[in-house]
Amino acid sequence: MEKKATRYGYSEALIEMGAVNKNIVALDADLSRSTSSELFKNKFPERFFNIGVAEQNLLGVAAGLSLMGKIPFASTYSVFASGRAWEQLRTTICYSNLNVKIGGSHGGVLTGPDGASHQALEEFALTRVLPNLTVLVPCDFLEAKKATLAAAEIKGPVYIRLGREPLPILTTRETPFIPGQGLLMKEGKDITIIACGSLVFESLQAAVLLEKENINARVINIHTLKPLDEKIIIAAARETGAIITAEEHEIYGGLGSAVSEVVVKNYPAPVEMVGLEDTFGTSGSPEELMRFFHLKDTDIVIAVKKVLARKG
Amino acid sequence: MDIAQLKVQAKKIRRDIIKMLGEAGSGHPGGSLSATDLMTGLFFNTLRHRPKEPHWPGRDRFVLSKGHCAPVLYACLAESGYFPLAQLLTLRQLGSCLQGHPSCQDVSGVEVSTGSLGMGLSVAVGLALGAKLDQKDVRVFCLVGDGELQEGQIWEATMSASHYRLDNLCCIVDNNDLQIDGRVKEVMNIYPLADKFKAFGWQAIEIEGHDLKQILAAYAAAARSKEKPTVIIARTVKGKGVSFMEDQEDWHGKAPNKELTAKALKELE
Ligand SMILES: Cc1ncc(C[n+]2csc(CCOP(=O)(O)OP(=O)(O)O)c2C)c(N)n1
Ligand SMILES: [Mg+2]
Repeated sequence: MEKKATRYGYSEALIEMGAVNKNIVALDADLSRSTSSELFKNKFPERFFNIGVAEQNLLGVAAGLSLMGKIPFASTYSVFASGRAWEQLRTTICYSNLNVKIGGSHGGVLTGPDGASHQALEEFALTRVLPNLTVLVPCDFLEAKKATLAAAEIKGPVYIRLGREPLPILTTRETPFIPGQGLLMKEGKDITIIACGSLVFESLQAAVLLEKENINARVINIHTLKPLDEKIIIAAARETGAIITAEEHEIYGGLGSAVSEVVVKNYPAPVEMVGLEDTFGTSGSPEELMRFFHLKDTDIVIAVKKVLARKG
Repeated sequence: MDIAQLKVQAKKIRRDIIKMLGEAGSGHPGGSLSATDLMTGLFFNTLRHRPKEPHWPGRDRFVLSKGHCAPVLYACLAESGYFPLAQLLTLRQLGSCLQGHPSCQDVSGVEVSTGSLGMGLSVAVGLALGAKLDQKDVRVFCLVGDGELQEGQIWEATMSASHYRLDNLCCIVDNNDLQIDGRVKEVMNIYPLADKFKAFGWQAIEIEGHDLKQILAAYAAAARSKEKPTVIIARTVKGKGVSFMEDQEDWHGKAPNKELTAKALKELE
């Protein structure tokens, strides 16, 4: 399977939009090479603004640009975009409901050897509590590109979680991307695995392993964490009776929490969560870290068996 | 408006502030009153805006970074005709569009929501940058408190404004020398101010912040700046115009009771 990092989907979309819409502008905070916003800068230098190592100002300046009718895409590492500048995101951007788009790159443990300080594991929790904000978590390069294109169409603030590491391209150019609508990746009746980002691939792999044991798993890709597709989750609870959530993120406050909230309110069913549990990341190679933190397909299989035992 | 008219207008604004706060029972009189002359000069002389057409694209932009001084902004907006004066008396009440700190989703004339200190100047930088990008003749003004200058984001914004040569940007510092816990110098020294801004590549103008002639001259000088953003450091008196509030730190964030409201209004006749 071809692999490419989601951050390149972001910049490719920016360049495509930049060519036809002069209101598309990009900003970065001295990480344009890493986030790949540099590729936009190379094409449209007059519409790119480096704000320097100043993430709070990054979001504030983007806010001002949006108020002048621009569609600013501000990128930096997601730890800084969602953490360092959280209150700017909250009060300046979301409370004002401004048309600012944020590309948070290097989310999750796949960031690798840089270690805990640079691995955003809290950004879902930090962003999904903010009114007016749309939170997108693409699972591959193509979906990241579509998410970025969609972000420009949404009126209001959008946060896009991007990653450093190349991920298998699971979707096709034709796969629809409708913000707020979960994507059925595989039909199944015994259990539903609800995943986002890099864990969508692991979940599909897990489903293949489960078929060998005669367990028929449904796989749903929640590329929009907020607003969350409650319908698809409730249907999964009702039709398959058990749910696994899978995310490259802290389960508390993350996808695990988000899905559980919907399930307990609407159609209580057992849920098990695959993700990081009240911990920081650590240095290591991306692949090592996926194993170390139990984020692999085999870990999902173990969780499925656990939840099936509870299904009764 | 000329200077004589502006003086009358400023007094009206001060009365509005006292009335609103008296009615609301809470809020921030000190910094609202210290900024009144600066705001009056801006809204009734310098700013190009159309109160009946608040979204007019050619308008100059104003950002109240020190959002706790919402009363002076609301009074200026109402007195300019953005909304009825009677609405001022709903300040801080449930269901009112006049939130304790300005909300742009609720009030026309408020460009961006503020209230958390240190954030407004960055937005002003973005506005000025956007105007430059489209070669629009739009000026951007931002009012900040002197205590607020202790926020790191202010200096991030300051650095970026000169980096992008935003000569259409004017930052006004309400230098009343007080913040919540006391004298600015004692809480956390910010001085020397003009030198700091100059070192960050700005033009700095120091004025008496209750002298309307100096205020208008400073706004005009800012307009003539080439390549550099301008900071106007306005020496002011917190609580200006109400004797018992003047230069008193405890009038930063409390409203006058009925009796003191009447007393203040009498002084402002
Ligand atoms: C980020 C942030 N921290 C703290 C406060 C609480 N606060 C409100 S006003 C104020 C003091 C501001 O002093 P100054 O900027 O000098 O304002 P002024 O004297 O003009 O009222 C503080 C600390 C706040 N609103 N925002
Ligand atoms: Mg002060």
